[in-house]
Amino acid sequence: MSTLDDLLRGGRPASHHAPWPRVTVDRAAWDAAIEQLAGGHLTLLGLWPDAATVHMALLDEPAQAVGVISLACDGGRYPSVARLHPPALRLERALRDLSGLIPDGLPDTRPWLDHGQWGPNPEPPDYAFLPCEGEGLHQVAVGPVHAGIIEPGHFRFTVNGETVVRLEQRLGYTHKGTEALMAGADLATGARLAGRVSGDSTVAYALAFARAVEAALGVIAPPRAVFLRALMAEWERLANHLGDIGAVCNDASFVLMQAHCAILRERMLRVAADAFGHRLMRDRIVPGGVTADLDAAAGQAMRELVADIRRRFPALVELYENTASLQDRTVTAGMLGPELARQYGAGGYVGRASGRPFDSRRALAYPPYDRLAFDVPVFPEGDVNARVWVRIREVEQSLALVEEIVDRLPRGTLRADLPQPGEPREGMALVEGFRGDVLVWLRLGADGRIARCSLRDPSWFQWPLLEAAIKGNIVADFPLCNKSFNCSYSGHDL
Amino acid sequence: MRKLLFASLIRPPLTERPPSPDDAALDELGRAFVRISRERLGRSLSIRAIDAGSCNGCELEIHALANAFYDIERFGIRFVASPRHADVLMVTGPVTKNMGEALKRTYEATPNPKWVIAVGDCGRDGGCFAASPAVMGGVDAVVPVDLHIAGCPPTPTDMLKGLIALLATMTGKA
Repeated sequence: MSTLDDLLRGGRPASHHAPWPRVTVDRAAWDAAIEQLAGGHLTLLGLWPDAATVHMALLDEPAQAVGVISLACDGGRYPSVARLHPPALRLERALRDLSGLIPDGLPDTRPWLDHGQWGPNPEPPDYAFLPCEGEGLHQVAVGPVHAGIIEPGHFRFTVNGETVVRLEQRLGYTHKGTEALMAGADLATGARLAGRVSGDSTVAYALAFARAVEAALGVIAPPRAVFLRALMAEWERLANHLGDIGAVCNDASFVLMQAHCAILRERMLRVAADAFGHRLMRDRIVPGGVTADLDAAAGQAMRELVADIRRRFPALVELYENTASLQDRTVTAGMLGPELARQYGAGGYVGRASGRPFDSRRALAYPPYDRLAFDVPVFPEGDVNARVWVRIREVEQSLALVEEIVDRLPRGTLRADLPQPGEPREGMALVEGFRGDVLVWLRLGADGRIARCSLRDPSWFQWPLLEAAIKGNIVADFPLCNKSFNCSYSGHDL
Repeated sequence: MRKLLFASLIRPPLTERPPSPDDAALDELGRAFVRISRERLGRSLSIRAIDAGSCNGCELEIHALANAFYDIERFGIRFVASPRHADVLMVTGPVTKNMGEALKRTYEATPNPKWVIAVGDCGRDGGCFAASPAVMGGVDAVVPVDLHIAGCPPTPTDMLKGLIALLATMTGKA
C-alpha cells in the first residue's frame, strides 16, 4: 500500500473526478499529507483554492500515482502547507491574494500576485525585500522592464563585488486574471484562454485543458486526434528546445550557435504553419480532438525537415561540446543540487538536469505515449551545461518521436462529440510541455460551462530554484543561468 | 567551428535563396523600407520591445525577426536595451494593471520623436483578456498608439509590414 493510498483511503471521495481520485479529508489527514510532503515521501503537484475549499494535488513517485485531497476551510482558514514544505510558499501567497483564504502559519505573508493595483489592496503595498546584511554588500534592482525581449519581472540582487549573495524575485507583473475569466466561460473560450497562459507552451496547455475536460466528461478523443496532438506537442518541444539551446549560448556571447539554432527553429515554425495553419499551432487542440488535420504533403514536409535537422544538428552539438570558451561559461555555472530538485518536484529540463527523472509522458503514460518508444534523458550535474544537454538529448528523442507518430498516424475522425454533463463533473490532466509538467484541474457545471479551472505552470516549482542556483555566481552569469531555466512569467503570473 | 564558418562563406545566405512567394514579399518589403527609412531616420531605427503582460507568444515572433530569414538588422532596424535609445516602442500584451505604471514610465523615458506600435490582438484591445479586472485593456489604455499590428501572435512578416506602414505615416511627426 503506497503513501498516497493511505491518505486517500481515509477521505470522502468526490463523485465525479477523473482520472485520479479526489477525496475530502479532515484536518488530521491534511496535516499528515503535509508531513509526508515535508518528509519527501510525496511530491506537491498543485495547490489551489475553490470557493471555501482548498485542493492539493499530490504525486507518489515510487507508485507513479496521483491524487487530490481537499479541505474545507473553516472560517476561511486552513493549515498552511508552506509552514513545513517551502515549495508551496508562492502558491499559498498567490492563493491568498486571489481567494482571500488564509493559510494559517504561512511563513511569508507578503502579497504575491496582488501588487495593489486590483483586488483587495487598494494601495500599492510597500513591498519589503528580505533583509540581507553584511559588510560590502549592495543591491542591484532589475526590472520589471528588462533589457532584452523578454517578459517582465523584478529581480533584486544582493551582491558582494561581482558575486551574487542572494537573488530575490518579485513576479506577478503579467497577472491577467486568467482563472477568474475561466469561471463561467464555455469550453471554446476556456480552450482559447488555456492556449494563452504561456505562449511558448500553447500546445501543451491546450492539450492539458482538453484532456481535463475529456476526463470530466468521460470522452475519449479519436485515435487520429490523439496522435496529431502528440505530433504538435513534440513539434512544440523541438522548436522550443532548439530556440533555447541557441539562446543559452547567445547569453554566453556565442552568437554562432544562436544563428544556426534559430534557422532550425524558424524552419519548424514554417512547416507548422503549412501543416496546421499556425506557426505556434495555437487553437489547434480543443476538447474532444483537434481542429486541423495533417495531409500527406504536410506529413512529408515534416519528415523531410526532421531528416534535415538530423543532418545539421550533430555539427551544432559538436560545436557546443568543443568550444572551450563556451564550456567555460556553462560547466559548473548555476548549480542546482538534486535535493532541491526533488523537494520542489522540479519538472522538465530543470529537474532532469539535476537527477530527477520525472517525465509525465513516461510516469503517467498518457496516450499515445503508452505506445511510443522514447528515452527520458537524465543528467546528475545540475549546472547550465546539464540543462543544455537534457535539451540536446530531448531534441534527438523528439525527432524520433515525430517520425514514429507520422508513420503510425491512424486514420479516422478528428473530433469526438462532447455530451452535456447534466451534473457537476471534475477532471484533471498532467501534460509534459517542453518546460515540464503542466497541470490543469477543472470542474464543469451541469450546463457544461466551466465552474472553476486551475492551471499550474511548471515554473511555479522552478522559479524558486533559480534563486538557489544563482547563489555564488557572478551577476554577469545571471542571464545565462536564467535562460537555462527559461521559466515562464506569464504561465506563473496567470 | 571552422567548418561551420567556412560552410557559411561558400553557401548562399538564406535570405537570398530562390524565393518562395513569401520570401519575395519579404525582399520587396525590405527594399521599400530602406528607401523610406533613409529619408526619415538616416537608415536606422531603434526599437525597444516592452512586454506589458503578454502570454510571451508575441515575444517569440519578435525574436524571430532577428533570424537569418528575416534578418531585421539588414534594414537598419535594431532592438535596443534602453527606452532612452529608442525611436519606437513595440508593446505587447493586454496591459495588466500590474504593468501599467512600468509601461507609462518606459514611455516617458523614451525621447521624442517616438512612435508606439501595439503588437498583437491583445495589444489592440486586450484580446481575450479584455474583460478581466486585472487588465487595463489594449496598449492605448496607457500610452498613445501610432500603429496596431494584428495577429495572435502576428507573424514576423506581419511585423515587418507594420514597421513600413509606420514609416509611411511618420511624415507628419518626424
